[in-house]
Amino acid sequence: MLYREAGDFKTSYHADNHTFPIKFDRIGFWVTLAIAFGIIPLVINDYWANAIFVPFLIYAIAAIGLNILTGYCGQVSLGTGGFMAVGAYACYKLMTGLDIYFASSGYTPGDGAMIPKGGETFEVTGQFLFFTIAQNAEWTVYILGQINPMIAVILAGFVTAFVGVLFGLPSLRIKGFYLAVATLAAQFFLVWMFNKISWFYNYSASGQINAPERFVGQIAVTGPNTEPWAQYMICLIFVAVCALIARNLTRGTTGRSWMAIRDMDIAAEIIGVNPLRAKLTAFAVSSFFIGISGALFFAVYLGAVEVGEAFGIQKSFLVLFMIIIGGLGSIFGSFAGAAFLVLLPVLLKVIGVDLLGWPTDLVAHFQLVIIGALIMFFLIKEPHGLAQLWRLAKEKLRLWPFPY
Amino acid sequence: MKRKTLAAMALGAAVAGSSAMADLVIPDLSYRTGPYAAGGTPFSDGYQDYFALLNARDGGIGGETIRVVECETGYNTEKGVECYEATKGEGALIYQPLSTGITYQLIPKATADEIPIHTMGYGRTSAANGEVFNWVFNYPANYWDAASVAVNYLLEENGGSLDGKTIALVYHNSAYGKEPIRTLEALSEMHGFELSQLAVDHPGQEQKSQWLQIRRERPDYVLMWGWGVMNQVAVQEAANINFPMENFIGNWWAGAEHDVTPAGMSANGYKSLNMNRVIDYPVLEEIKTMVHDAGDAAGDGSNLGSVLYVRGMYAAMLASEAIAKAQEIHGVADVTPAMVRDGMAALEMSEGRMEELGMAGIGPEFSVSCQNHGGSGEGIVQQWNASASTWEPLTDFITPDKSVIEPLIAEDSAAFASENNITPGCL
Repeated sequence: MLYREAGDFKTSYHADNHTFPIKFDRIGFWVTLAIAFGIIPLVINDYWANAIFVPFLIYAIAAIGLNILTGYCGQVSLGTGGFMAVGAYACYKLMTGLDIYFASSGYTPGDGAMIPKGGETFEVTGQFLFFTIAQNAEWTVYILGQINPMIAVILAGFVTAFVGVLFGLPSLRIKGFYLAVATLAAQFFLVWMFNKISWFYNYSASGQINAPERFVGQIAVTGPNTEPWAQYMICLIFVAVCALIARNLTRGTTGRSWMAIRDMDIAAEIIGVNPLRAKLTAFAVSSFFIGISGALFFAVYLGAVEVGEAFGIQKSFLVLFMIIIGGLGSIFGSFAGAAFLVLLPVLLKVIGVDLLGWPTDLVAHFQLVIIGALIMFFLIKEPHGLAQLWRLAKEKLRLWPFPY
Repeated sequence: MKRKTLAAMALGAAVAGSSAMADLVIPDLSYRTGPYAAGGTPFSDGYQDYFALLNARDGGIGGETIRVVECETGYNTEKGVECYEATKGEGALIYQPLSTGITYQLIPKATADEIPIHTMGYGRTSAANGEVFNWVFNYPANYWDAASVAVNYLLEENGGSLDGKTIALVYHNSAYGKEPIRTLEALSEMHGFELSQLAVDHPGQEQKSQWLQIRRERPDYVLMWGWGVMNQVAVQEAANINFPMENFIGNWWAGAEHDVTPAGMSANGYKSLNMNRVIDYPVLEEIKTMVHDAGDAAGDGSNLGSVLYVRGMYAAMLASEAIAKAQEIHGVADVTPAMVRDGMAALEMSEGRMEELGMAGIGPEFSVSCQNHGGSGEGIVQQWNASASTWEPLTDFITPDKSVIEPLIAEDSAAFASENNITPGCL
C-alpha cells in the first residue's frame, strides 16, 4: 500500500537517476540519516558507542571496501586484515609525527633545541617544507608535525590504497583461488612486517601502538577522554561519505567496468575495458576504504592495538564473511553483514548472560554454534545474502496486498 | 534433561540476580573459551571462589556482600573492551583482566574513568611507577622482575657467571611476550650471555621451526614467555628434540599443571617461575567446605588447588585486602573505586596477615606506596615432577636485580608520560 511506484512520477533525467527510485525508500533513507545524525548522538553512552555502534560502523566501511573488490570486481581477497593494519599503522605514524631517517653527514653540535625521537636525542637544525630537520652524530631525521587525526585517517587511506595496488599487481596474471592465496601472502607479510620493524611502533618495548589524545577543534576524538558521541560521529561521517562514494562509483563507468571484469574478463576486454586499469582501481579504492576502517579501528575504537591479535587472519575472514552473508555486490549488504556479525554476538550475550543468567563460557560456546548455524541457514536459503532477502521483501511489498 | 537443567539454571540465576543487588561489584573479565582457556578457567575459578568464600564466611568485606560480575573475553581485546564498558556501569571497583593486551586497552580508559586496575605479574611493566600510572598497579611482581629472577637463578646455578653462555627466549609474539626482551637485553650485556629471540605467533600451535632452530643452535638455556596452548606445545616440542628439561625455564604463566601433563613423563624436570607458592593452605579446605560443598563453586570445581587456581585466589585476596584497607582509611563500608585505589596504594602484605588469612607464605611480603606500585618483584623457581604430578619448589623467593629494572621503568614510564601529557605526581 505505502510501498509502491505508482504515482511516483519522474519528469527529469536527474529524478530518473535517483539512487532510490521509490519515494518511500528515499524517505526511509533520509529518516535513517536524520536519526543517525540527529538523535543517536544525543542519547548514546559509552557502552552503546564502544560495544555496538562504533564497531558496527567501522566494520561497515571495511565491508564496503572488500565488497568493491570482491563483490563488484570479482577479485577474492584474504588480505583485509593486513590492509587494515596498514591503515592503522599509517594513521599512528602520522598522528605521532612521521620520522624519516637518513645517514647523517657533516653534523656539528650547535645550539638548536634538543628533541627525543626513537629513543635517541636529536638537535633541531632546520626546516624543510612541513618537515623539521634534526640531526645527531649518526642520523639526520626529517620529522613531520603532528597531523590532525581526521586528515591522518584520510592519508592512511591513501597509503593503504598504494599498498593495495602493489599487492593487486599479481591479479593481472592470476585469478580466483590463486589470487586469494596471493592476497593471503599480503596478510601474513604485512602482519609480520609490523611486528618485525620497530620503526612502525616507534620503538616501544611492547610492540603495541597507542593512540595519543588528539583534537578536532576543541573536541577530543582519540584517546581515553573522547566522549562517546564524538567517537560515534567521527565514524558515522566517514561511513556516510564512504558509502556515498562507493554507491556512486559503482553506478558509474568505473563500477560498470569492474562488474564487466567480474562477469567475464575476456568479454570485458573485447568490449574495451582495460583490465589493468579496472583491476588496479578496484584494488586502490577497496584498499582506501579498508585503510580508513583500519585507521578508525585503531585510533577511535580500540586506542591500543597489537598487530597479530587485532589484524590477524581472523579479521580477513570476518570481513569476508560479512560480505558473503550481507550480499556480494551490494552496499546495503555490506551494512547488513557488518550488523549481523557485530550485533548478533552482543545480542546473544545479553540474552544468555544478562537475561537468562547462564554461565559465560556456555553462552560463548552457544554463540559460536548459533552464529555458525545461522550462517549456514542463510547461505542455503539465500545464497545471495541478506541484501537479496531485503530485495525480495521489497518486491513482495510492492505487490502487497494483491500478489499475483 | 539438559534443557531442564538449563531452564532451572536460568530461573535460579534470575532469582539470584534480582535479590542479590550487592554493594561491592567486582568484575571478572575471564576467558573460559578459546586457545587460552586452559589458563583462564582455573584462574577465574579461584578468583570467584575466594569472593564466594568471603561472602559465605564473613558476609563479604566489612559487612558488605560482594557481587562478582563475570564477562567472557576469550582473551580478545575487542571483547575485553566490550566487557569493560558493559561492567563499569554497574559500579566496578577493580579490574583484573588477566591479559596484557586487554590491559593496554584499559589503562587509558580506566584512568579516565578513575577505576583502578590490578595486573598481577602481567600488563604494562612500567606501571610500577605509581606517579605516572596513578590508577594501575602491578604488585607483587612484573615481567621485568621475572626476567631478572630467572637470570639470577641461572647465575646461582652457574656459580655467579653466565659469561659465554647462550640463552634462547621463546616468546609469544605479542605485547606480553615482548615485554621481557628489553630487560633480558640489558642483563645479557651486563652478564655477558648471548640472547637469541624466537617469536611464536598467536595462538602458538606452530612451533616446529623455532624448536628446529633451538636444536641446531643448542643454547645452554631456554626461557619461555608463553601462555595458553603455546606452553603445552613448547614442552612437547622440547621433549621431541630431547632438549634437557632442567635447562628449560618458563615464566610464571608457563608453569601450571595443564602445561606439562600433555607431554607425560617426558615433561619431567621442566622448570618454571612462580610468584605464589602452591601448598595445602587451610583456606583451600575452607573453600572446599563452605563454597564447593555448598554447590557454589565457579566452573566445575575440579581446579581447586591447582597452580593457577591458587593464583586467582591470591589475586582475589589482594583485591579484598585492598578493599578492606580502603574501608579502614575512609571509614565507610560501601567504598567507591577511588577509595579502593587509596586502599591499594596503602596495601601492606605481611607474613602475619597472610597466615591469618589461611595462606601463610603464599606470596612475598611487600608494601605498596604512591610511588611504587610494583611490590617486591620476588619469585620462586619450581620444577615439575611428572611421576608425582606435582610442582616442587626449588628455591625460596629470589630477589630481582632492581638496579637494572628501575632505570628501565623510569625510562618507559617517562616516555608514556610525555606521550600522554601526564605530569608525574601522586593523587
